[in-house]
Amino acid sequence: MTVRIIDRRFDSKNKSSVNRSRFIRRFKGQIRKAVADAVSKRGIRDIDNGEKISIPGHDIAEPQFSLDHGGVWGQVHPGNDRFTSGEEVDRPLGGSRGRGKGAASKDGEGMDDFAFTLTRDEFLDIFFDELALPNLVKRQLAKVEEYKRVRAGFTSTGVPTNISLTRTMRGAAGRRIAIGGPYAAQLRTLEKTLEELLLTRADDDPEVEALRREIAVLRARIAAIPFIDTFDLRYNNRIRVPQPTTQAVMFCLMDVSGSMDEAKKNIAKRFFMLLYLFLDRNYERIDVVFIRHHTSAEEVDEDAFFHSRESGGTVVSSALEMLRDIIRERYASGSWNIYVAQASDGDNWNDDSPRCRELLTETILPACQYYAYIEVTDGAPQNLWEEYERLAASYPDHFAMQRIGNVADIYPVFRDLFRKRA
Amino acid sequence: MARKKKLAMLPQGSEWTLPAITEYDEAIGEVAQRYRLDCYPHQLELISAEQMMDAYASIGMPLYYHHWSFGKHFLANENRYRRGQMGLAYEIVINSDPCIAYLMEENTLTMQALVIAHAAYGHNSFFKGNHLFKQWTSADAIVDYLVFAKNYIANCEERYGEETVERLLDACHALSNLGVDRYKRSPKLSLEKEKGRQKEREDYLQAQVNDLWRTLPPALEKKAVKAEKHFPEEPEENLLYFIEKSAPLLEPWQREIVRIVRKIGQYFYPQRQTQVMNEGWACFWHYTLLNTLYDEGRLSDGFMFEFLQSHTSVIYQPPYNSKWYSGINPYALGFAMWTDIRRICEQPTDEDRAWFPDIAGSDWRETFDFAMTNFKDESFIAQYLSPKLMRDFRFFAVLDDDQRAKLKIDAIHDERGYRELRQQLSDQYNLGSREPNIQVWDVDFSGDRSLTLRLFSYMRRPLHESYDAVLDHMATLWGFTVRLEAVAEDGSVVPIAERMAEKRHHG
Repeated sequence: MTVRIIDRRFDSKNKSSVNRSRFIRRFKGQIRKAVADAVSKRGIRDIDNGEKISIPGHDIAEPQFSLDHGGVWGQVHPGNDRFTSGEEVDRPLGGSRGRGKGAASKDGEGMDDFAFTLTRDEFLDIFFDELALPNLVKRQLAKVEEYKRVRAGFTSTGVPTNISLTRTMRGAAGRRIAIGGPYAAQLRTLEKTLEELLLTRADDDPEVEALRREIAVLRARIAAIPFIDTFDLRYNNRIRVPQPTTQAVMFCLMDVSGSMDEAKKNIAKRFFMLLYLFLDRNYERIDVVFIRHHTSAEEVDEDAFFHSRESGGTVVSSALEMLRDIIRERYASGSWNIYVAQASDGDNWNDDSPRCRELLTETILPACQYYAYIEVTDGAPQNLWEEYERLAASYPDHFAMQRIGNVADIYPVFRDLFRKRA
Repeated sequence: MARKKKLAMLPQGSEWTLPAITEYDEAIGEVAQRYRLDCYPHQLELISAEQMMDAYASIGMPLYYHHWSFGKHFLANENRYRRGQMGLAYEIVINSDPCIAYLMEENTLTMQALVIAHAAYGHNSFFKGNHLFKQWTSADAIVDYLVFAKNYIANCEERYGEETVERLLDACHALSNLGVDRYKRSPKLSLEKEKGRQKEREDYLQAQVNDLWRTLPPALEKKAVKAEKHFPEEPEENLLYFIEKSAPLLEPWQREIVRIVRKIGQYFYPQRQTQVMNEGWACFWHYTLLNTLYDEGRLSDGFMFEFLQSHTSVIYQPPYNSKWYSGINPYALGFAMWTDIRRICEQPTDEDRAWFPDIAGSDWRETFDFAMTNFKDESFIAQYLSPKLMRDFRFFAVLDDDQRAKLKIDAIHDERGYRELRQQLSDQYNLGSREPNIQVWDVDFSGDRSLTLRLFSYMRRPLHESYDAVLDHMATLWGFTVRLEAVAEDGSVVPIAERMAEKRHHG
């Protein structure tokens, strides 16, 4: 019998990837909804991972003509432990243990939620889709960090082209000295004795001969120490380090007064996420500071930032003052790139708005790389918007603002930012 | 001859190597030959877990056309596998010539040997011998046909758009379980013929259909109506076949795709008809082959422990009241039946002589080949299930009538119940009674061209509500209104649902 054994393990793996992407394309609606749910649950910093999502099983069922329960069914079961012929028994068979199963099958198989895992790329793709990002930006954000190779000392292994001559020769010289040192010392003493001996003895005296032989042996030993040995070889070492080498801090400012409801906060959250993603691609290290405010501001953690509710009026300048103080205290040195993202519904005390503009122009904007403001509102612009508009004109590169009705409006805020880096 | 020399112990340990697998394959093959197992040549392919999941998603086929539903299955498997809820099957075997068996890289050497014995010799010989497989599948052509199908569908996607093709495939898949000929014989599949005749067929079919639907001049119409009889003349159980041949508005390429889905469905139909026999046969042979090797001193005790551990868990049958119970395990029943048949041949009791006069005391290998060749699950059980097995399994039959408050125990494993029990169990494997009997009944030729499907109710069993969605698909394919009505056992006809075709498919 002819037999062939074929090792296919290294053949292409992703035969199903086409089917997989078709599945995702086909149920994009449901998946997008699941992704939206997932986005509101996950932290800003986790945006860059895959996600396990589930969509309703009913939507993706593959229907066929089939029979349902009901009517008359005869069924043979194994393991009879108590029944006799002709006996009548209660439904379901097997008492309570069978019940769970019966209930589950009544709903029909596959009617449960269909759970699966999206890869990071698939997840981001759908996330970006919702934000209506242009392709160029999508690519830029989705790409994995680039690395560059930098020198990192020397190693004892490597390829010949990387041999470091100076290091190698220095090592070789050191080794020669270390190994030859004792011989050299011995040689010196012997030569000295010989010299002294020659003063008293004849040239062919046996003792002189012996000394001369000893000296010859030592010389040979020293000569036998290799000039260079594989042991001496040193190679230039290069390691990969992430390309972005600077650090940034991102401030998230949000109005949490009573008028900001969950929907508005969710839009704001996507706005913060997008900025975070952008920064994550461009900086090696990012600090995120959350400042929420109503009439007074406080610094909170992410959870409290998005999920706790406050009520009352709004004084935006309180947050800006806090922002200014934090910058001064913690991020004063020039080594931080400062980004600020502010979200609000536009409400502010009338008298406070000019104060905001003042704070921005005098202390904050000069320190910032970029300041993005979104107003999540359907109403007419209010005084804060008007004050900010005057700012935007004088800082076109640093300041962006946008009124937002839905999430697709977020991107224009970042347009300049992305264009600059693209 | 060289037997003496070969009697050395086979490689041990859990790590497999290619030479070790070759050695096992040779040893198992040699024993199989002594048992006169007739197999296709086989090909063992080592694959990784991920590739196994790929294979899963496409019903084990090495290549398949693309469709989102395969992606769905892949994602489902992947998710369950990653979370450890599901072990992957140890093996997938493909009914082709040469027979392809997949070995998963994570298996131990013992498991590889088990898989080789089970798939490459057990299933393989069943594929080659059983009449259903012989008749319905041509092992030498299937891989070529799949290549043809994949390329054809890919071409259609390019020409007519992925979504158009996807909608068509959705509709075909929805009907695929009723797209098989249950009783007719099939002509052989072959790539050459398919390719050569495809164009010809397209033209011919289209001409026929056009003829069928030619608008008759008004004067002739009256006469024609009279002359025309029922169409189709006989009710057609193969819905996909009917669509392929008679749907008026399908383009030739659409007919070809319907045909592809139908052909592939038909190809897998014997596997569904012979699950108990086939799995039981493979289990019997891996058990027998490896035990023979052990008796000859070529396998270690350690090997046998590991092998038996997985063998027994595969053929375990939980009782009805266990929380693991999910129906009768085909591996358990099949293995028990084949083992039992051998027992009846070799050590018949008086009871066996009374029940199986033909085979009691006969040569077991001949009896085996006869049974393997000529039966399917339904008839195999009706023919060979012995009273001893019914006692061993402690089988009992339950009658569930939704008009009665209680379940009735129809028969148990006793003298009075054996025949009834056997009959019922056999019926349980009759695909015809497990699936709704829906047939194309009528086409309103001279009127609105509507199509009527009839459900022939059996034991008042209702249709699952999914029929709604399936009718949509049917209407898409047919292009005109589709009606579904039920015929009760007393002959009364009740309409169930009606679908208007939303869009007619023109060019």
